[in-house]
Amino acid sequence: MKRLATLLLAAVALTVPALAQSIGYSTSQPLMLPHDTFFGMAAGVATNSKGNVFVYTRNGEPTVTLAGSRTFAHGGSSLYEFAPDGKFIRQIGKQVYGFLAAQQVRVDKNDNIWVVDRYSSMVMKFAPDGRQIMLLGRKPESVDVPSSPDTGRGTPPGSGAQSDLFQSPTDVAWDADGNIFVADGIGNARVAKFTRDGVFVKSWGSRGTGDNQFKSAHGIAVDSAGNVYVADRGNNRIQVFDNNGNFKSSITSGGDPEAICITPGAHQYLFSSNSNPANDLDHGGEIYKLELNGTVVGKFGQAGKGLRDFGSVNAIDCRNANSLYVAEAGNWRVTKVDLH
Amino acid sequence: MGRSLVKAYLAATAAVSLLLSTVSAFPQAKATADNAPDLAYEAVPNFFQAPAGDYMGELQGVATNSKGNTFAFFRGPQTRLWQFGPDGKFQKEIGKGFYGFQFAHSVRVDRHDNIWTVDEGTNVVTKFNPTGTKVLMVIGHRPSQADGPYATPKGPNPPDEKYTLCRPTDVAWDQQDNIFISDGYCNNRVMKYSPEGKFLAQNGGSAVGKGENEYNLPHGLQVDHQGNVYVADRGNNRYVVLDNNLKWKTAYTQYGTAWSDCISEGPHQYLFMSNSNPNGNGPGTWARTGQIYKAELDGTPIGKFGHAGKIAPGWQVVHMMDCRNPNQIVAGEIESWRMQKFVLKGSK
Repeated sequence: MKRLATLLLAAVALTVPALAQSIGYSTSQPLMLPHDTFFGMAAGVATNSKGNVFVYTRNGEPTVTLAGSRTFAHGGSSLYEFAPDGKFIRQIGKQVYGFLAAQQVRVDKNDNIWVVDRYSSMVMKFAPDGRQIMLLGRKPESVDVPSSPDTGRGTPPGSGAQSDLFQSPTDVAWDADGNIFVADGIGNARVAKFTRDGVFVKSWGSRGTGDNQFKSAHGIAVDSAGNVYVADRGNNRIQVFDNNGNFKSSITSGGDPEAICITPGAHQYLFSSNSNPANDLDHGGEIYKLELNGTVVGKFGQAGKGLRDFGSVNAIDCRNANSLYVAEAGNWRVTKVDLH
Repeated sequence: MGRSLVKAYLAATAAVSLLLSTVSAFPQAKATADNAPDLAYEAVPNFFQAPAGDYMGELQGVATNSKGNTFAFFRGPQTRLWQFGPDGKFQKEIGKGFYGFQFAHSVRVDRHDNIWTVDEGTNVVTKFNPTGTKVLMVIGHRPSQADGPYATPKGPNPPDEKYTLCRPTDVAWDQQDNIFISDGYCNNRVMKYSPEGKFLAQNGGSAVGKGENEYNLPHGLQVDHQGNVYVADRGNNRYVVLDNNLKWKTAYTQYGTAWSDCISEGPHQYLFMSNSNPNGNGPGTWARTGQIYKAELDGTPIGKFGHAGKIAPGWQVVHMMDCRNPNQIVAGEIESWRMQKFVLKGSK
């Protein structure tokens, strides 16, 4: 009896923490593309206030053309809009100079659509009707063949030098005043802050493992108090800064974050995806739900190709804290996740 | 050059090119013509209407013809040339898929309404007829695709060559229809050709310099009714004035970084100059630069207007202006992919 109790206790000790942390969930893939159109690498997903869904995906070939003395790159990624029920509405920006390699799409509180492109190293703001109204960064004029990962412009990648030019940026977020924060990104390892009108304020961070350093700044979110959360992919942490870029703390309970999202509303939650690398389906892949101080509320999902699995999540939309959209770079799909 | 000199030269060149590649190639210079009065102006919002669902890219060239049409030459997924009507509505695309379009730099319209494009990818200047339906002349030649793909050349500039251009930037004409070309990013010279495209004269060379008859990226040029040539010498922060035979006359140095110039039509001609502020400059530069200056042809400042800004009616690098009517300026912006129309109201 005593032995059985010990065994039971041991079993409880083994399973209860995991059980306590698991969040029940169901998945679906409601987005319907037109005939003969497919997602490629699903990089970004975001919803607007009306529930429309935007997806930015690498689903074509960047075309490199030979000029007199240089090579130029065009095209390769698409931005699609869907109705709340998943019906296809339209493609936005088929002929946009900065659409090369999709990295992220986000929608601000005024329903403007912000597109982050890794290869053109630009952040592009579109009005809800699709008009292009503001640009941050500048696409490199020509590309080297073969290309280097640090294909942007400006200061040496990861050096920490101040610049409003990006090197493979990954994400964009805003505070309540509309100030713009760009995660910049994979080539650089820093955050750049702009006013709501796009005037460059400052940038902070360099490549490294210390406070205020990043392996890669792979995602960004801002809470209602204006604190800035940066997914430090490769360093297994989310770094938290105040609105002016002063380091506050590191959250290490969200795995190695590739995508993060902060919910709106009075009680805000932080979602963090411990995304599996494309070549590893046997570890990680789960998404954590955290309090803003890093306390774990729970987690759900795992790496894999099944309908309830996640393949290298690159974006989370959490406008509705209990009904998320995730963009799976590895599974070339956008999944709706309802939490129970 | 002795071997040690060569070594020192190479080291210096490497240091300079490292500097150029890591920092902004041409740091923005503040104009010193600060006392020029502010000119009152109004922006005409969203005057130019792109076709539904289509977009302009980096707006390199803008020009109007005598009938009030506006041409936009821009870098989209392909380099494209669009024509807009006097009401600002899109009318048509010219030269779609044209062999001379690769990387737009300038469009200008001559006094006969012929449309000229300057492309710094194909290294070709093209003359179209006024309706854009025929190619009348090409200057320079496009290297063969059979040379294969290769990265941005790191080596020395090509030698001075009469008929080979190297990333040319702009084109203009005098009243006798002689052709003037600024050439360009990898040469540093101004060329003069006859109306038939035969070489007549050259000022500058392949090397960068900052003295008289030298240039550091001649980025644009215009010709007044007397035949004088005004060259935007961007890297040297000056506008160089040459006579009709490309002999050095003077330079205007008070207008900041010389991105582009424009000379208006009519009996009293004015000179407009763009001191734009590109990305890559530090915090705080935005409040200091970005204006367009209006001056007499002799360089005397008349006034300035406009400001840097990523949201219209601010502008993010005015790469070219049209000033056929000196009170109606069309500005093309590289870094905000916009073409805006401004009405000047005169001095405040």
